[in-house]
Amino acid sequence: MIAVHQLHKTLGRQDVLRGVDLAIPTGQTCVVLGRSGCGKSVLLKHFVGLLQPTSGRVLIDGKDIAHLPERQLGPIRRKIGILFQSGALFDSLTVEDNIAFPLREAGIRDPALLAEKVAEALEMVGLAGEQKKMPENLSGGMRKRVGLARTIVGRPACLLYDEPTTGLDPVATDSINHLIRRLQKRLSITSVVVTHDMKTAYHTADSVVFLHEGRVYFQGTPAELRDSKDSILRDFIDGRSGESS
Amino acid sequence: MIRSIGSFALGIFHYAGELALLAAETARSLWSAPVRWRLCLRQIAEVGFRSQMVVIVTGGFTGAVFAAQTYFQFHRIGMESAVGAVVAVSMFRELGPVLTGLMVAGRVGASIAAEIGTMKVTEQVDALRSLGVHPIDYLVVPRFLALIFSMPVLVAECCALGILSAVLVGTKVLGIPQAYFLNTMVKFTGSRDIKMALTKGFVFGLIVVFVSCHQGLNAKDGAVGVGRAPTEAVVNSSLLILIINFFLSFALNIVYPAGV
Repeated sequence: MIAVHQLHKTLGRQDVLRGVDLAIPTGQTCVVLGRSGCGKSVLLKHFVGLLQPTSGRVLIDGKDIAHLPERQLGPIRRKIGILFQSGALFDSLTVEDNIAFPLREAGIRDPALLAEKVAEALEMVGLAGEQKKMPENLSGGMRKRVGLARTIVGRPACLLYDEPTTGLDPVATDSINHLIRRLQKRLSITSVVVTHDMKTAYHTADSVVFLHEGRVYFQGTPAELRDSKDSILRDFIDGRSGESS
Repeated sequence: MIRSIGSFALGIFHYAGELALLAAETARSLWSAPVRWRLCLRQIAEVGFRSQMVVIVTGGFTGAVFAAQTYFQFHRIGMESAVGAVVAVSMFRELGPVLTGLMVAGRVGASIAAEIGTMKVTEQVDALRSLGVHPIDYLVVPRFLALIFSMPVLVAECCALGILSAVLVGTKVLGIPQAYFLNTMVKFTGSRDIKMALTKGFVFGLIVVFVSCHQGLNAKDGAVGVGRAPTEAVVNSSLLILIINFFLSFALNIVYPAGV
């Protein structure tokens, strides 16, 4: 289980997180919503130790990783995969080598086994046969899928998605939403999806968390969010800025 | 005024501290993590093999022009035969290592900072970390080993070509008798000079790799940051090479004293 207690994070002079308390049960998909710049991605990066909190605790299966040295985070990070907003593919490697990267790092050297696992991961994300392409020749949606294939190939216990549909067209967005749901069912893993796309939230979430001013403002089911009468939540759900033309 | 001097001094200490931490983390990685030899070989090809042309041309033409200028001065006092010794000692003890260091800082340092800087701002470094791979192990250590292996070889090539071109210009173009030229060169040049050149090359390799990797790993602000990283890597490496060379010359002169 992933949990954070009284998480504070200051970047420069800005208090991005101001005491976040959150627990994500094992096997569920939790969607973290909030306006741009509210600290969603910052929160997500704490789950895998990419950022260290100013104060507070980050618990992964009961172990506080908040201030662990970089070298001790390796085993924890191998249990938690993260899909970055841009895909973050290694641009000097082919699709195949990108996906095989975590396997090679885990010590797998057998070319046949590597090829088999890469093909399986690509098939899961709907990109079978794209092994030899370079990242520069992929569209935004394909990059995210390859990034996802690289993340799931090591069979993590938890998957973190950082804005998985940002910058994609509606069809690609729908496709990624289905992929997240399909992977959740197929691999039975805990997932955390950071997004500001309501369609993604409704489609993928078992539970929804809304961040506002650096704190958890709402936590509940997608249905509870949809039926909420709270003005801040309604403005976000309905996409109202309050400005007039 | 005092505040700006203080802040400048603090900035230098901060920068030196960060470089020292990077060096310490690299040493720890070499001690505790497996070395990726394939990446090392690729880096040796990239930073060592492909730097040869620029180093050879620099060494060759510097040796030639240095021989000519020395001849023009020494000819007036009838000391043409000393040209070979002056060129050889200068190439080994100063010009070879410093010019190689500056050329490698320009070619390799910029490339390292740009490559790692791009990886940093496009989240590839974070992707490495998220996959349980320490960026120092994967990005710094192979480049460190590549430069440590390559720099002494590049310095040797630079010195060799410098001296060879000096011999050619001195004896074939300027007409210094070959026997005198070579005799004084061999008489005044010894293994101490070669050791000094290789030691300086090793130190300058460390400077280039740590400064460049540090600039790359600390790149931020997108394309602007990536653009700034190589420039600062080259400028900082070059300045450090020139400053440290001054102190190193005095220190190494105790270990490897000049002269017969």
